[in-house]
Amino acid sequence: MTAASTEARTGAERRKTGTHRRRDLRTRVLVPYAMLAPGILLFVAFMAAPILYTLFLSFQKTQVSGLGLGAGARTQVFAGVENYVTALTDPEFAASVGRVLLYGLVLIPTMLGLALLFALLLDSKRARATSFSRIAIFLPYAVPAVISSLLWGFLYLPGVSPFYFVFDAVGWDAPEILSSQLVLFGIANIALWGGVGFNMVVMFTSLRAVPSEIYEAARIDGASEVQMALRIKIPIIAPALVMTSLFSMIATLQVFAEPTTLRPLTNTLSTSWTPLMKIYRDAFTRDDIYSAAASSIVIALATFVISFVFLRIVQKRAFGQEE
Amino acid sequence: MRKSFRAGAALTVATAAMLATGCSAGSGAEPGPVELTYWAWAPELDKVVEVWNEENPDIQVTVQKQDGGDPAITKLLTAIKAGNGAPDLIQAEYQKIPTLVSSDALTDLAPVGAGDLAGNFADGVWSSVTLGGDSVYAVPQDSGPMMFFYREDIFNELGLTVPTTWDEYAETARAVRAADPTKFLGTFSANDAGWFTGLSQQAGASWWGIDGEAWTVGVDEEPTQKVAEFWGGLVEEGVIDNTPMYTPEWNAGLNDGSRIAWTGAVWGPGVLGGNAPDTAGLWKVAPLPQWDASTPATGNWGGSSTGVTTQSEHPEEALEFITWLNTDPEAVAALVETSGIYPADTASAASALSKAPGFFGNQPDFYDVAADIAKTVKPFTYGPNANVTYSAYNDEFAKAADARSQAAFVDAVAVMQKITVDDLEKAGFTVK
Repeated sequence: MTAASTEARTGAERRKTGTHRRRDLRTRVLVPYAMLAPGILLFVAFMAAPILYTLFLSFQKTQVSGLGLGAGARTQVFAGVENYVTALTDPEFAASVGRVLLYGLVLIPTMLGLALLFALLLDSKRARATSFSRIAIFLPYAVPAVISSLLWGFLYLPGVSPFYFVFDAVGWDAPEILSSQLVLFGIANIALWGGVGFNMVVMFTSLRAVPSEIYEAARIDGASEVQMALRIKIPIIAPALVMTSLFSMIATLQVFAEPTTLRPLTNTLSTSWTPLMKIYRDAFTRDDIYSAAASSIVIALATFVISFVFLRIVQKRAFGQEE
Repeated sequence: MRKSFRAGAALTVATAAMLATGCSAGSGAEPGPVELTYWAWAPELDKVVEVWNEENPDIQVTVQKQDGGDPAITKLLTAIKAGNGAPDLIQAEYQKIPTLVSSDALTDLAPVGAGDLAGNFADGVWSSVTLGGDSVYAVPQDSGPMMFFYREDIFNELGLTVPTTWDEYAETARAVRAADPTKFLGTFSANDAGWFTGLSQQAGASWWGIDGEAWTVGVDEEPTQKVAEFWGGLVEEGVIDNTPMYTPEWNAGLNDGSRIAWTGAVWGPGVLGGNAPDTAGLWKVAPLPQWDASTPATGNWGGSSTGVTTQSEHPEEALEFITWLNTDPEAVAALVETSGIYPADTASAASALSKAPGFFGNQPDFYDVAADIAKTVKPFTYGPNANVTYSAYNDEFAKAADARSQAAFVDAVAVMQKITVDDLEKAGFTVK
């Protein structure tokens, strides 16, 4: 705004500009909040409030008087940290955590290793039928976990499985996947089948984003495809590897659908096989939402800590160049 | 800018409205007919209710179909805790009644005259809805007396006779394995707590009881130990299978003749017809093998009742409807015909169940056999945490069955007892 134009203004005009400015200011403050409001409202209603309520419930318990029959016989009272003590000292809970850790150790390296291998193969110069292969590898991800567990469940049951039929016909002894020693691998296999495709697509997409000059330079320097994969591609897509690892770790802690769907088929999966299954059982089968709430908070905190520590350790290395 | 502000505001209002409508539920007593809602999962129950609605314009009942026994009860308990949203009527399995009563979900119907119905039902069934006291918490609808189903053709082929005692059952199981190692007489299913409860009931167990102001828990007692030891022995010996029922494998086994018998319940024809359609006309039914052949007994597996929730504003009209539904000859006949249940009302059952189910066309006296068996159901009291005991059964017996060890079966009973008692005490119940 120049000095000349200011001088030219009449008083009325100036007053008008003033109201404009005030209105502008009000709009500028209000509009962002108004636009955020739906998001904030939904976040509060469906995330913050349930979390706070869960926190509240985790410090409560029921108290029954007498036979517990009829009105007012059951009241909700403050429990202190009782539910947390029970959750943390419960051998079933510890066992379920141990199981998912082992499950993660089996699943994550295999799944990400295969995903990386497929991504690198699809990205290599000599790859053929890439879009078909990409879709074929990705497709299982589109199958919901419950459905894929039902499918694999059929394949694991000796009485109805074509695999066992073939093994029988050839005269080999087929391993019993649903036995207590192998059931963990059976479930990891279902997650692997569904998860490789998704992780491969994430890795493949970041491989595609690498500028081709880098490869040309490497090729002029005489690097082989394998050398390029190991020395150039993998280091460059490290951030994608970190992200997929993190997602996989969180998914591992939360494994629920596969073992729950397979449970009716075998004696080897208990109702507390994974932490989330135990939480589900406590809340809905045993009707004890209080201890289920405490266990949920413990799992949520553990997920948070593990994610944080993991990122702390690998972030420097993976994102080093970006800083 | 201003346009988007308005759009934002409109969106906010819309969201708020959506949230508000989600929380409001229809209430208030409007004039006109009394309207009752009914949560049930029995197949095609709405068609039976239609008959009532046509004849009774003043009391209109709407069936809201539920997924099954467990989810309906979970939903009901949530609505009771929330203080609104519960239906007037609920289909409740017998083992759920104490849990519902202890959560103050069911209205005592004795004050509105339900006590008069006692004579319509077998004592064992009636005690499940009264919890052994003067209150009446529900009206029995169907029952599931346990029976022994067997493939008559294969029994003849292998030269087997129908076992009348559990000792004979064990002998038959061995004979089947000796004659044809691809076949099993039965399986021990760690997945079906109701099945094991029924077998324990037959042996004389009653897992809960009321002693003054305290509950008693009698899981780990002689009858249940005896049942566990028996099945554990057969599993350890390998003469019966140890895999769960109701798996694709089990279904295939029923159909292809590798499972030649089943300790099921009166609703078995539906299960067999659905899972083993190729075997129609080949099965026969007999009483369960007995512990003491001189005093025949059986247990219940399944069966349910109709209760009125504490949130209903019309308990009298509700009782009028459920009395009709579960005891009127016309209604019971319709329940048998359309919903395929085995009615708990003894008098109406006799007239409604004249013809054998289609799958058992080879056994015209199917329901005569069933009626004789139903009379021998032993009394059994459920407790307020039957759900906990049932899930303990699943876990503990799954371990024992997987280990194929008789000792583990007996230990599992002790662990079930401990989990049940610990849970009651933790909630503050007095346990004797």
